Amino acid sequence: MNFVRVVWLVVRKDLLVELRSREILYTTVFFAVSCVLVFAFGFVREGQAMDDVGAGILWIAVAFSGTLALGRAFERERQSETLRALLLAPVDRPALYVAKLIGVLTLMTAVEIVVVPLVALLFQAPLFRHLPMLLGLLLAGTVGFTGVGTMFGAMLARARSRDVLLPVLLYPITIPVIIAGVRGTSALLQADPDPAIARAWLSLLLSFDVVFITLALWTFEPVMTD
Amino acid sequence: MQRLFLPLLILVAAMFAYAPLAIANAPFESTMLLVQKIFYFHVPSWFVMFSGAFLCAGASVVYLAKGSKNADHYAVTGAELAVVFGLMGLITGPLWARKAWGVWWEWDVKLTLALVVWLTFVAYLLLRRYGGPGSEKLAAGVGIFGAANIPFVYYSVNWWRTIHPKTTVVPTLGPGMRGTFWFCVLAFMLLMVLIIAARVRLERQRARVDELFLELED
Amino acid sequence: MRRVRSVWRVLLVWLLLAAGPVWHAAVDAQQPPPRPKPAEDEFVPIDQLPPGEQLPAAPLLIAAYAVAWLAVAGYLFSIWRRLDRVDRDIAEAGRRLPRT
Repeated sequence: MNFVRVVWLVVRKDLLVELRSREILYTTVFFAVSCVLVFAFGFVREGQAMDDVGAGILWIAVAFSGTLALGRAFERERQSETLRALLLAPVDRPALYVAKLIGVLTLMTAVEIVVVPLVALLFQAPLFRHLPMLLGLLLAGTVGFTGVGTMFGAMLARARSRDVLLPVLLYPITIPVIIAGVRGTSALLQADPDPAIARAWLSLLLSFDVVFITLALWTFEPVMTD
Repeated sequence: MQRLFLPLLILVAAMFAYAPLAIANAPFESTMLLVQKIFYFHVPSWFVMFSGAFLCAGASVVYLAKGSKNADHYAVTGAELAVVFGLMGLITGPLWARKAWGVWWEWDVKLTLALVVWLTFVAYLLLRRYGGPGSEKLAAGVGIFGAANIPFVYYSVNWWRTIHPKTTVVPTLGPGMRGTFWFCVLAFMLLMVLIIAARVRLERQRARVDELFLELED
Repeated sequence: MRRVRSVWRVLLVWLLLAAGPVWHAAVDAQQPPPRPKPAEDEFVPIDQLPPGEQLPAAPLLIAAYAVAWLAVAGYLFSIWRRLDRVDRDIAEAGRRLPRT
């Protein structure tokens, strides 16, 4: 079965299952919103948000809800024991990785569609001034975070202590993504926005994406074999 | 390899016994005076940490590509070295920084990079310990990703800010200091070889015990 | 299957090479951010503080070396203890084995 067809079939399966119950979608979006609110209470002084918090809070909310979504996505596979079926199927393992990646990415896009306007609203952050660049940063950053996260989530699906180990493993590796995302978004939000700096951070994110997704595709098969 | 262990142990012990003398006799650095002498152990411990990190990553690649158990032993050794010597660096650094810069910590490239790499290998060890059976392969993936991450963390934090002395400090050391510095580096490197030998032997013996107990059950 | 694999390898190598030009573009396009203060280019001698605010260096130095020695000794000791335990386990297993 060819690669693209496998990816499409698995993605379709995941989306159909999710659309029926919408469990992961609603809970993750709600979690992201609560995250933003909690940070709002943490960082707002005398009714005014501190400067520059918008970018940081946006990316932290993405990181935390991303971790949650990754954990839940693989938990569902594990519970219905479809993970073993997937691994036994005579398909290219990397295709499973790409399919899972696309699935979680779709979910994260839905989350960001809610969170970005919310952050813009609550922190008076002019997020829509340079929309294409912001969207580019968000996409590249989410792909990077989800790329590494899907790899680790799949690795840990059959391990013990997987709930706490996923963030423990994921956060150190995705620190460059967070730094680049926050600094790039900050550059767009500041009083005189600097798209050149944002573009530089975007290149860093794109390099990160290319390198780590390639690495994941190479190591997915040997790591997932017993 | 076994026969070299004892002579190496004696050599390393002697070097470490001499090191405090060498350090005490090294000339004072002009601005930082006494506290700069932390440098003679601080920098070599970072050398060992990064060597351990690259050993872990390299061995992990071999382990995933060839399935060699021996490579896995080297991988876990590298990770432990990285964590122990990284911790040493992370404690001696702030002790020096408090006097030299006035603060315990700064979000500068070298410090942040070292912290992130250290955290990655702590995560590696946690995974091996608590991940249940089969976590060696997963940990190998983490080791490889961790090493690949190093240039990205370096560049991203570098564009962000930097205050640490530039890398070029080493060539500008005065003659008395240079000798002592490289002596300490050599001592740490030999210590690292010693630890690798001992630790890999430990892993091999553990694997043998598992095999023996499995045989017993048959 | 083999043909898919070799196509894979080509594609992955290409992707990895693509990272190079993207990287160069980033490094060239980005001027280094302006240095915040001249003092951050070199050590600022903190001895120029009034004597009352200076920190004694000796305790820090001693603490640093104590930590280093303890870490090395502690680690070597932990390896030694684990080796001991494993050797005992092997001896025990060896004792029980010839019985079968």
